[in-house]
Amino acid sequence: MKYSHAAAALKKRSAVLRSHILDMMPPGKAGHLGGSCSIADVTAVLYFHHMNINEKDPKDPKRDRLVFSKGHAVLAQYAALVEIGYIDRKEISKIKSLGGVLQGHPDMKTPGIEAVTGSLGQGLSVSVGMALGLRMDGSRARVFTICGDGELAEGQIWEAAMTASVYKTDNITAVVDWNGIQSTGRLSEVFSIDRIAEKWESFGWHVIDIDGHDIPSIIDALEEADRITGKPAVILARTVKGKGFPFAEDSAAFHNAALDEQQFKAGREAVDQMMKEAKDEV
Amino acid sequence: MRYESLRNAYGRQLAELGSIDQRITVLEADLGKSTMSCLFQAEYPQRYFQVGIAEQNMASIAAGLALTGKIPFINSFAVFASGRAYDQIRSSICIPGLNVRICGSSAGLSDFGDGKTHQSIDDIGIMRVLQNMTVLSPVDAVETRKMVNAMAEHDGPAYIRINRNELPVLTDEDAPYKIGQMTIMREGSDAVVFASGVMVSRSLDAAQLLQEQGISLRVVNVSTIKPLDAAALKECCRAVKAVVTAEEHSIHCGLGSAVAEALRKERIPIGFVGIRDLFGTSARSYDEILEHYGLTAQAVAEEVQDTLDLN
Ligand SMILES: Cc1ncc(C[n+]2csc(CCOP(=O)(O)OP(=O)(O)O)c2C)c(N)n1
Repeated sequence: MKYSHAAAALKKRSAVLRSHILDMMPPGKAGHLGGSCSIADVTAVLYFHHMNINEKDPKDPKRDRLVFSKGHAVLAQYAALVEIGYIDRKEISKIKSLGGVLQGHPDMKTPGIEAVTGSLGQGLSVSVGMALGLRMDGSRARVFTICGDGELAEGQIWEAAMTASVYKTDNITAVVDWNGIQSTGRLSEVFSIDRIAEKWESFGWHVIDIDGHDIPSIIDALEEADRITGKPAVILARTVKGKGFPFAEDSAAFHNAALDEQQFKAGREAVDQMMKEAKDEV
Repeated sequence: MRYESLRNAYGRQLAELGSIDQRITVLEADLGKSTMSCLFQAEYPQRYFQVGIAEQNMASIAAGLALTGKIPFINSFAVFASGRAYDQIRSSICIPGLNVRICGSSAGLSDFGDGKTHQSIDDIGIMRVLQNMTVLSPVDAVETRKMVNAMAEHDGPAYIRINRNELPVLTDEDAPYKIGQMTIMREGSDAVVFASGVMVSRSLDAAQLLQEQGISLRVVNVSTIKPLDAAALKECCRAVKAVVTAEEHSIHCGLGSAVAEALRKERIPIGFVGIRDLFGTSARSYDEILEHYGLTAQAVAEEVQDTLDLN
C-alpha cells in the first residue's frame, strides 16, 4: 500500500483526463476515443507523477519528453497538457476546428507537443534521435514514447528498436498500449502479432509486462525502467480499448467514431462515477 | 578544364564543418564510403550515427536530433534518401520545419552502371513538392562546398543532390554564395537556358555550337531549385525570345516544371531538356548514359532552335 495516497490522487487525475477526452467528443464530432482512453492511466502517471516537467515552461531544456508515436491517441495528451496549464481549457471545445490549437494529430504548434506524429511507426525513431541528442549534451532528461500494439506492424518500429539497442539508449522508455485492438478489429483477427514480449527482448530491450490500468503497477514499471542501464526498456501495458466508457470498452467500433447523444450522456455519467470513486479514495 | 569530385568535396566539407560547429551530427545508412560521410566519421565518430540500412529510421532519428538542437545531415543514395524515406521526411521533418539536411548522393544517372533502382530521375520532384524544403543541386565541387556551409547555417530542412562523378569546375572559389542565387555563366541575347548540375557544362557547350550558327545563348546555373527566385528568373529572360531548361532528371516535376511554373504568365516559349518519363538503365559510362537519354550539348542546342522557331 506504499503508493496508496499517490495512487488515489492519480486515479482522480486519470478520471479528469477522461472527462476532458469526452469533452473533445461532443455528440456528432468524431474522435479517437478508444486508444486515448486505453492509455489515459499511463499518461496520468507519466505527467503527474513520473516525468520532470516545468509547469511554467513547456520548452525547458531539462524537461522529460513524451512522444505519442500512436499520434491518434493525442486526446489523452491534450487532456494532460490542459491540466498542466500549457493549453487553455477553452481550446477543448475548439479541437479539430480551423484556428484551434488542438489539431487532429500532434502538431508542434501546440505547447507541450514534442514531435509531429500521426503517420504511425515514426515516433519511436524520433524518440531515439532525441535520446541520442540529449545524451550527447550530457542531459539527464528522459524520453518516453507511447506505441500502439497495432502500430508494431510498422517495420520502422523495429528499425528504431534495433537502433536503441545498438546505441544502448537507456534514457528511453517505450510503452506499448497493448489493448489487443487496432483500427478495424482485434489484432488476433486482423494481423496477429504474437510473442510481443519475446520480440522486444530479442531486439535487446528490457521488458516489463503490467496491467496498464493499475496505477501502482504503472508507477513501479516506470521506476524499474529507470533503473535499467545499458539498454532501453519497454513497458507492455495490458489495457482495454475505450477503458472507462462501458459502451466503448474492448471494441474497435470506437477507435475513431462520433458519439450519439445517448452515448455522450452515458459517457458523462461514467466520468462522474469515476470522479466520485476517486474522490472517495483520496 | 579542371575536374573535381562532388562527393569528396561534400564529405570533406562536412568534416570541416564538424570542427567548427559541435551541433553538426551525421547519420549514415551503410553507404558512407559512397556518400563520403565516412570522412566525417573518421574525425568525429562520437557525432556519427550508423543506423544500419534503414533510411526511414534515419530520417526520423534525424528529426529527433534536430529537436534537441543538433544539425543532422543524413546520407544515402538520392533514390533512397528521397523516395524511401519520403513520408518520414514529410511528417517528422518538413511539417515541423526541422533543421535536418538530406544528402541525396549518386544522384541522377551518375550511378550509371546500377540501373533503374539506383538512378534518381525523380528526387528533385519528390523533394520540391514538400513545403518548407529547400532543394539544392550544385554544379561543381566548389559550389558543393559552399552549399554545405550554407546548409549548416540555413533555417529549415534542406536537400542537396550530389553527383557521383568528377565534374568540371565552373565556378569561382572566391565568389560569394548564398542559397537561392542563380548565376549567369555565359551571356547571350537570343535565348536563355536554365540548367542544373552536369547540364550546365553541356549547355555551355551548346552555346558554343549555337554561336557557330549565329545564335547567342545565355546560360544560367540554377543550383537552388527551391525556393526559385522568380524575379531573378525573369531578369535572366530579359530580351531573349526563348527559354530552355536542362536537367539530369525527369522533365516532370523537376527544374523545367519549376521554371515553367514561375514563368507561366510570361509570353515566352519554353522548351525542356530532361529525361522523358523513363526509368534509368545500366550503361558502361556516364557519358554513354547521358547520351542515351538525350542529355547532350547537341540536344540542348536543338531544343533551343526548336523553341526559338515557335516564335
Ligand atoms: C502510417 C499509417 N497508416 C495507417 C494509419 C491509420 N490508422 C490510425 S490509427 C490505426 C490503428 C492503430 O492501432 P493501434 O496501434 O493498436 O492503436 P490503438 O488501438 O491503441 O488506438 C490506423 C491503421 C496511420 N495513422 N498511419
